[in-house]
Amino acid sequence: MTKAGTTVAAAQARAPAVRLPRRRGIELSLIVLAVLLSVYGYCAVGLARTGTVPPGAAGYGAGLGVLALLAHIAVRIRAPYADPLFLPIAVLLNGLGLVLIYRLDLETPSDQAAPAQLVWSTLGVGLFIAVVLVLRDHRVLQRYSYVWVAVALGLLALPILFPAVNGARIWLRIAGFSIQPGEFAKVLLAVFFAAYLAANRNALAYTGRRLWRLQFPTGRVLGPIVTIWLLSVGVLVLERDLGTSLLFFGLFVVVLYVATGRTGWIAVGLLLAVLGAVAVGRLEPHVNQRIEDWLHPFATIDAGQGPNQLSQSLFAFAAGGVLGTGLGAGHSILIGFAAKSDFILATAGEELGLSGLAAIFLLYALLVERGYRAGRALREPFGRLLAVGLASLLALQVFVIAGGVTGLIPLTGMAMPFLAQGGSSVVTNWAIVALLIRVSDKARSQYDGREAS
Amino acid sequence: MSEYGGGRPMGRYIRHACAFCALLLAALLVNAARVQVVQSRVYDDSPANRRGVIARYGQPRGDIMVGDEPVTGSVDTGEQLRYERSYKDGPLYAPVTGFASQSYGTTFLEHAGDGVLSGTDPMLSPLPLWNDITRAPGRVGNVVTTLNQDAQTAAYRGLAGRKGAVAAIEPSTGRILALVTSPSYDPGELSGNGEAVSSAWARLNHDPEKPMLNRAVRQTYPPGSTFKVVTAAAALDAGVVTDLDAHTDSPDPYRLPGTTTRLTNEGDGCEDASLRSAFEWSCNTVFAKLGVDVGAKNMAATAAAFGFNDARLRIPFSVAPSTFDQHVDRAQLALSSIGQYNTRATPLQMAMVAAAVADGGQLRAPYLVERTTRLGGQTLAGSGAHPLRQVMTPSTAVRLKELMADVVREGTGRRAGIRGALVGGKTGTAQHGVGNSGVPYAWFVSWAQADDSPQPQVAVAVVVEDASANRGEISGGGDAAPIAQGVMRAVLGR
Repeated sequence: MTKAGTTVAAAQARAPAVRLPRRRGIELSLIVLAVLLSVYGYCAVGLARTGTVPPGAAGYGAGLGVLALLAHIAVRIRAPYADPLFLPIAVLLNGLGLVLIYRLDLETPSDQAAPAQLVWSTLGVGLFIAVVLVLRDHRVLQRYSYVWVAVALGLLALPILFPAVNGARIWLRIAGFSIQPGEFAKVLLAVFFAAYLAANRNALAYTGRRLWRLQFPTGRVLGPIVTIWLLSVGVLVLERDLGTSLLFFGLFVVVLYVATGRTGWIAVGLLLAVLGAVAVGRLEPHVNQRIEDWLHPFATIDAGQGPNQLSQSLFAFAAGGVLGTGLGAGHSILIGFAAKSDFILATAGEELGLSGLAAIFLLYALLVERGYRAGRALREPFGRLLAVGLASLLALQVFVIAGGVTGLIPLTGMAMPFLAQGGSSVVTNWAIVALLIRVSDKARSQYDGREAS
Repeated sequence: MSEYGGGRPMGRYIRHACAFCALLLAALLVNAARVQVVQSRVYDDSPANRRGVIARYGQPRGDIMVGDEPVTGSVDTGEQLRYERSYKDGPLYAPVTGFASQSYGTTFLEHAGDGVLSGTDPMLSPLPLWNDITRAPGRVGNVVTTLNQDAQTAAYRGLAGRKGAVAAIEPSTGRILALVTSPSYDPGELSGNGEAVSSAWARLNHDPEKPMLNRAVRQTYPPGSTFKVVTAAAALDAGVVTDLDAHTDSPDPYRLPGTTTRLTNEGDGCEDASLRSAFEWSCNTVFAKLGVDVGAKNMAATAAAFGFNDARLRIPFSVAPSTFDQHVDRAQLALSSIGQYNTRATPLQMAMVAAAVADGGQLRAPYLVERTTRLGGQTLAGSGAHPLRQVMTPSTAVRLKELMADVVREGTGRRAGIRGALVGGKTGTAQHGVGNSGVPYAWFVSWAQADDSPQPQVAVAVVVEDASANRGEISGGGDAAPIAQGVMRAVLGR
């Protein structure tokens, strides 16, 4: 987005002055690189464990390659102007996740998660292709915003009817499959927030009392944020899922800020978040325990009960050092339960080291930044808020779970986008990337050389 | 500015939100660096972190060698702690190897040589800090012992399951040729980490026969008459006795100074007996009085020169200190001088006494590790420096050798004689327990020199404490001497 283009565009009014390059060739070569890197990781695991290239390497590479290629063709047909980085990053993260899960499967011969993850990845890519092909214009979504929120709340409420699993009521168990409806609800809520705030942002921006440098909203428009806050706390209490609740609330506050530009919203949001967290932390032993573990990760060791999951996770990260032990050479399986899902990052940290971890964080950062960039390039509020919401969703999710397993914030169960074992999560993330591609295509194809303010 | 949104520049807010997300990810990166680099040592060194243990058992352990043959091995269990220790002839070598258990740590050579055996010894890495850079597990090495396989086997067979111990030393070097304890146990039972291991541990620890007690170096016994070698050396060195065949001024029975207790002998002919015949027939009265005549200070000095009261001896694992009480009245000194009262010795200590006599009065610190090697056989380290100490004058040693040889030729130790070799020895039958009610310990200390050898090749100490035998039959000459003979023959190859 160059400032230099502004004068040119102004002179030529609204006519599309500069057609942006489509960059599909770059996307394809980056996808090839992503697939090759994943296959290399797969082979590295086999070489470290048995000294031979694993027998499924060719099939794994071909499968991932075909999926990525199909997605690429869909983008080429229906979203030719889309940002070329979304798809390769998604393919690389998904491929790396499969490698890490396959690597952990070697430690648990009776519990193979990689094949199912591959099936879910296929479904995710299928959904991606469907969204890219069918959804011609993201603005269609705006029309049905109250349908989305109804469906999202229904999905969120559904697991309450099912028994709690590992302390949280977020799973549906149907015919041997575990589904987390809350994952799908995330995308729908992001769409709803964008639609609602695009429509009502002027009213919400009405300034009330000004305190120091913060402009606080009037009591009348506090309604929506308090409603969302109550819903989040409701999710937290009913489902004992601190992570999802934090995610929803954080998402809403970010999108609200972008829509209105009122720093007062952030102050109110933070205040409410702290109040809710403290109250629930006091009342819910499950949540309280997580906070205790975060403050004193070695308490169970000192008490002679052996290391808890968080300290095992910290051990794994520490064992990785800067360069890591190498794929297949670590012992992150000591984390035990959820090593392949919530704690998948510990395996990356131990076997790829700080350097590998930094690369992964940078991939996420790039993904998020590209989402924001699409939002800035668009001209209409719904698309902007949608892009911002989806990108923030990814960023917040990465922060909540990665911060949790590295001891930065209290641990809350949540899937690392694309990396972690979990079908619902993978499918949802592909849907997010599909929407971002759709928005980004619109933004770059409409580009008229002017930077939207 | 903007064409919509009532004048509020949304693009700016998007940039702010983007910066916020960037901040979150940057915080993650900083925190990851904290955990993985700054604090990593704290986490790595936590005792609850299993990675160190997994790495330790992730490769086969180095072997303990007797001659060119390993007496240990490693078994791949395929479990998380992958390699377990195995032992060939476990009970035979248990007092030397000790155990290397995943549950209970290591003992004896497994403990003393653990750095080399587990690959953590810095000398094993090809370059300084090499293992720190590559992060690869260090290569392991082997520990080569000084043991003589034939001597060890002969000693173990000789004890034949009776409670007791044998220690044998090469006098000219201090190399330990045999170190046997009985009853023994199979250290392989303790190698793993499962339920079977903990029950074996409990069983072995509660066994009244104490099979895990290393009697050769960790148990002290009253040495009884074998201590008369020390008393004789002290008397000769102090000039109390100058002629082996001159009559000593010794009453029989001997009244302990300052008491009314009368000390007697098993046999007759001890009154005023010469040192030679008193030694040959093990006259308590003569040696008790000799000890008193030498004096507590000189007796203690000689005993200390032989290695008594030395708590620092390492072979390389520690040896229980043998004791000679130096704060005694004259009656106690009399009893101490015939190996009673507070005089106690390990079998290894008594082998050192015989070795010092055999080697011209010089005592070399005993040791068990010949060298450590890489797996390929290249030597990492030799046996180290072994201090030498002149215990008695060479002439005293010559005369003591003569006395000990007489015991085997025509005295109480005849059953230790070997055709074609000069053998010297001393029997002992040590009373113990309250009122000497315990079954006495049968002792025999000896050395042997083949006729074609320039110097004695072996010094042995044997103790048999057997509760099952008839009390009357327990004797150094009867029970212990044949075992010593077997060990000496194995070393001499006869």
